[in-house]
Amino acid sequence: MIGEKPKGVRAHLTVVYPALMLAIFFIVPFGLMAAVSFFHRQPGGFYVTGFELTNYINLYTALFGRTLLFSLLLAGLSAAVCVSIGFPFTYFITRMKRRAQVVWLVLLMSVLSLSEVIVGFAWSLLLSRTAGLSNLFVWLGLIARPVAWYPGFAALLFGICYLAFPYTVLVLYPPLSRLDPALPEAALTLGASPLRTFFTVVVGSLRNAIVAAFVMVFVFTLGAYLLPQILGRPRHWTLSVLITDAAIYQTNMPLAAAMAIFFMGVSLALVVLTMMIGKGKKVKAI
Amino acid sequence: MAGLTLENIEKRFGSIVAVSDVNLILPDGQFVCFLGPSGCGKTTLLRLIAGLEKPSRGRILLDQEDITGTPAHKRNFGMVFQSLALFPHLTVGENITYSLRVRKIDKTTRQQRANELLDLVKLSGLSDRHISQLSGGQRQRIAMARALAIEPRLFLLDEPLSALDAKLREDMQLELRMLQQRLSVTTILVTHDQREAMTMSDLVVVMGPDNRIHQMGSPLEIYRSPADTFVADFIGTSNLLDGTCSGSRTVTIGRARLEISDMPEGINPDTKVTVSVRPEEVHVRPGAEEGDNRLPGRVSFVRDVGSSVEIYLDCNGIQIVSQSTPKGRPAVRQGDQATAELPPTACVVLRS
Repeated sequence: MIGEKPKGVRAHLTVVYPALMLAIFFIVPFGLMAAVSFFHRQPGGFYVTGFELTNYINLYTALFGRTLLFSLLLAGLSAAVCVSIGFPFTYFITRMKRRAQVVWLVLLMSVLSLSEVIVGFAWSLLLSRTAGLSNLFVWLGLIARPVAWYPGFAALLFGICYLAFPYTVLVLYPPLSRLDPALPEAALTLGASPLRTFFTVVVGSLRNAIVAAFVMVFVFTLGAYLLPQILGRPRHWTLSVLITDAAIYQTNMPLAAAMAIFFMGVSLALVVLTMMIGKGKKVKAI
Repeated sequence: MAGLTLENIEKRFGSIVAVSDVNLILPDGQFVCFLGPSGCGKTTLLRLIAGLEKPSRGRILLDQEDITGTPAHKRNFGMVFQSLALFPHLTVGENITYSLRVRKIDKTTRQQRANELLDLVKLSGLSDRHISQLSGGQRQRIAMARALAIEPRLFLLDEPLSALDAKLREDMQLELRMLQQRLSVTTILVTHDQREAMTMSDLVVVMGPDNRIHQMGSPLEIYRSPADTFVADFIGTSNLLDGTCSGSRTVTIGRARLEISDMPEGINPDTKVTVSVRPEEVHVRPGAEEGDNRLPGRVSFVRDVGSSVEIYLDCNGIQIVSQSTPKGRPAVRQGDQATAELPPTACVVLRS
């Protein structure tokens, strides 16, 4: 019968392989990292097994706090920028003819074929004073003299959004293309202006998709490691940079592990909070 | 009362003509049906009236005022969509009062109006429900209530009943008709279901696959005297018999001569014509009879469904269907000789 749950070992065989892969490549390494975060560090050496909270206590520094906050802020801001540009953009794409939609999507997806390194260095060049776009603007007479737009926070944010934007569109495209075109039309016949229709009906009915896209870009950006070093100043370095520094350059594996675990915990809490806010209205109504 | 006037309306999508040559005057307070097969442009015509499409040519006037260029959100029309288009993220009450909220009407008035409208569609007390918690018939009513919230100047419905099952659909047809009569709001319903159109409307506008209007009139007028063969065939079932005009009031069909009580003007002898006779006007009698308005033949099939009997006659190659509601068993059986009698008043002559 349809809908009946498969029974017996044979029926579960198909999930064994993915489960195994997940365990080997995800759960085991994560477990190792969680364990290491409680181990004792041997200065000049590696670490010895044990259980202590020293590594977590050592996190309590101004640098860690500031970097954690900055990382979260950067991720949140990137997500906000990507979604607020990506949503109307995707909406207009889905209202286009099929052929035009394909062209736009292929164009966007082609950005994904570039590696983060190439994108980072390309933008650092394009935003520089000596060889960047500002020279073109000077030539066009838009600005007086060439300016350096990098390194800096704006350049970093720009680079991250450039990378995350195609993913935002990818996440938003399916729900937006499934949106019943009669919904905005109904709002129009009820007297809502096109702008009001967009915000109350299109945005409103796709709340969940917007939250999903926001969370996706947020998580995607949290791991930013390369771009902050290319496009940002040292004070724009994210926690990933700090963790790598602790793990590789200071050979303090337990501290790096503790940082990563703590970071993950905070991010997870924020994601759950965001999803709850996103669903809040619905939960109350039912 | 001027009502709604459409002048020379034409709509093209690229090279495709969706609606052409539409001239209509719809009086105030009437229930009008746009009836036609799918792809005849009836929905496009409704969308033109709603302002969701712009006509390629022509003018739309409401009470003498030209509204051709008025955008949809400034027309104050209520529309019910085929998909209903209820806002999934809002409650029933919020859906109904959306138009009032847009017009910045205060919350108490809004709630009051929502309750009034819910009473009107017999769904009192469902204001806080979510759309996903409603049944198909309930959604239908909510969509109507939402469209009626601002007391629209025109109430437009685009096949809203097509998704309902047969029983519920018939109930809703009656209900919708009574609702419209109570509110006396000018209503336009688009449908491909001729039964639906006949049940509900004061006026039926029949559109054909050539994207033009073929006939406009009361349901009975259209049924009794269809303007052309398309209308005769599309509205109900009809026996369409090809023949030749043979006199001022006679048509010859095969070997039989038909007397016609009402011959349209401009049809001269020897003109090719089509005679339309409704199945329920055809009388079938056992045995072969010759004579005026009589076609002898053989019974090829009898469909007896209890409430009505359909008798299919083969009269020397001419197929005739008769429908009746006999008290007892039908008088003829398959294979019998029988005669179809076509009364002069039942024969409608159409140009071929």
